[in-house]
Amino acid sequence: MFLLDIIPIALEQGLAYALVALGIALTFRVLAFPDLTVDGSFPLGGAVCARLIVDGMDPALAVCAAVGAGFLAGCATGVLSTRFKINSLLAGILIMTILYSINLRIMGRANIPLLTVATLMTPLESLSVSRYIPVIGFFFIVAATCKLFLDLFLHSEYGLAFRATGDNEQMICSLGMNTDSATIMGLGISNALVALAGALIAQDQGFADVGMGIGLIVAGLASIIIGEAVIKPRTVFRLTLATIIGSILYRFIIALGMRMGLAPTDLKLATGLMVIFALIIPAIKGSKEGKVHLRGV
Amino acid sequence: MPPPMLVLSEISKVFNRGTQDQKTALDNISLTVNQGDFVTIIGSNGAGKTTLLNIIAGTHNPDTGRITICGDDITRSPEHRMAAYMARVFQNPTTGTAGKMTIEENLCMAELRGCKRRLFRWGVTRHRRQQYQAILKTLDLGLEHRLGEKVGLLSGGQRQSLSLLMTTLIPPKLLILDEHTAALDPKTAAKVMALTDHMIQQNRLTTLMVTHNMHQALRYGNRMIMLHRGRIKLDVSGPEKEQLTVKDVVQKFELSLDDETLLSTHI
Repeated sequence: MFLLDIIPIALEQGLAYALVALGIALTFRVLAFPDLTVDGSFPLGGAVCARLIVDGMDPALAVCAAVGAGFLAGCATGVLSTRFKINSLLAGILIMTILYSINLRIMGRANIPLLTVATLMTPLESLSVSRYIPVIGFFFIVAATCKLFLDLFLHSEYGLAFRATGDNEQMICSLGMNTDSATIMGLGISNALVALAGALIAQDQGFADVGMGIGLIVAGLASIIIGEAVIKPRTVFRLTLATIIGSILYRFIIALGMRMGLAPTDLKLATGLMVIFALIIPAIKGSKEGKVHLRGV
Repeated sequence: MPPPMLVLSEISKVFNRGTQDQKTALDNISLTVNQGDFVTIIGSNGAGKTTLLNIIAGTHNPDTGRITICGDDITRSPEHRMAAYMARVFQNPTTGTAGKMTIEENLCMAELRGCKRRLFRWGVTRHRRQQYQAILKTLDLGLEHRLGEKVGLLSGGQRQSLSLLMTTLIPPKLLILDEHTAALDPKTAAKVMALTDHMIQQNRLTTLMVTHNMHQALRYGNRMIMLHRGRIKLDVSGPEKEQLTVKDVVQKFELSLDDETLLSTHI
């Protein structure tokens, strides 16, 4: 059956890119901050990780370094936007653009292959079973751990004030929260997640590429929108769950589309149209209730 | 003797300085508020009432002058640092609460006003939930069974009552009320005002209340200040204030201000 063999692909890709979608949900949905750094911090994670692995670092440590780099990239956008009052979209675009050069610098060229070196995936691939089972298991554990981490974080004393920063900044500021540092912290965590995804996906696909992040925000938004159509995000727990489910469904739809003859080069067009339709259908119908919200939990 | 609760010395604030829109919002205002004072502040639109509150709350910095609370100089402190001293209820019920978060989460955030918010400590614990339930019961709004519901589902009056409760959960040194009943219908406004007065008396809170409503300003509090064009035009307290009527105030105002329109249509 042709549906059956795209399920493992969708699961692997969906769970791997769920980290990106979680990061985007944290900024767009919880913090109500449209962060575009993601398109740059994803290849940044891949670049840092690939370069360090090729230079002989332990893959696990290389992933940690990639996460740190992503965190710093997010903080940079946050500082530009809060301390220096640069428009949030522009701040993200600036850092994203700067990261393109930085990523090329880190890698020394546009692409680093990882097929001949030992990565985190090597032990998984050496198992006797089909490659998909251990890899899907691995990405499932990573995605579930990150989801749990976000759920706990957003329910902590700090996390409540963090969510309020996206919901009602004036109120939580008057209650003593430094909303600027919360925003910087949130962007840092979000981009750390995205860079983690970049580092893991580079190892999974066997290369890091400077262009691997293009269109990722739109894909992440599409995932969130699809997920929220299936699971209403009434609570934080459901929001993060919806995001992961949405990421899997999105990859499933994409894989299905490609199987039915969609050219890979048309993917971003299809994804963009998907998001546009999701955003304008309620407007056409004229109902306020069904409106897709991209702000606040 | 302890220092007075709040001291403003020679505070001035000019907006859009050097442009055609230049506007003096506060003109050399000095004011001392003692512990336990309940001060009502009235004045026409643009008199500087809200600017005064914003300057005290740290939303704006004054151009000149000095502000102290309990002897601490807070003139240039950022707004979020003010939370250790004061709590504020805004005019718009949606401003004082986070609508997409639950009642208990809002209460928890208020309980931590001005405190360190820990990353590794759970927010709404079972213990806290029980406390909130008990406190909400005293409000008698039926909210004690709706702790897990989003605040956005509440009515304006309920939301404003919740805002009030949130400010007094940990009694602040200074309570700031910025026309907090103005956006409510008259019946609800009266209810919320009665609750406000009750909470202020119960916790002996030092309070500044801006209001458009003259009756409210005269009925509540032990001191009344009238602002006009960024200056204090009238400052009465104690028995003198108690005997004051709306008519007196209007007359006084007209005498001291000649042809100015003193109060808008809200009298």
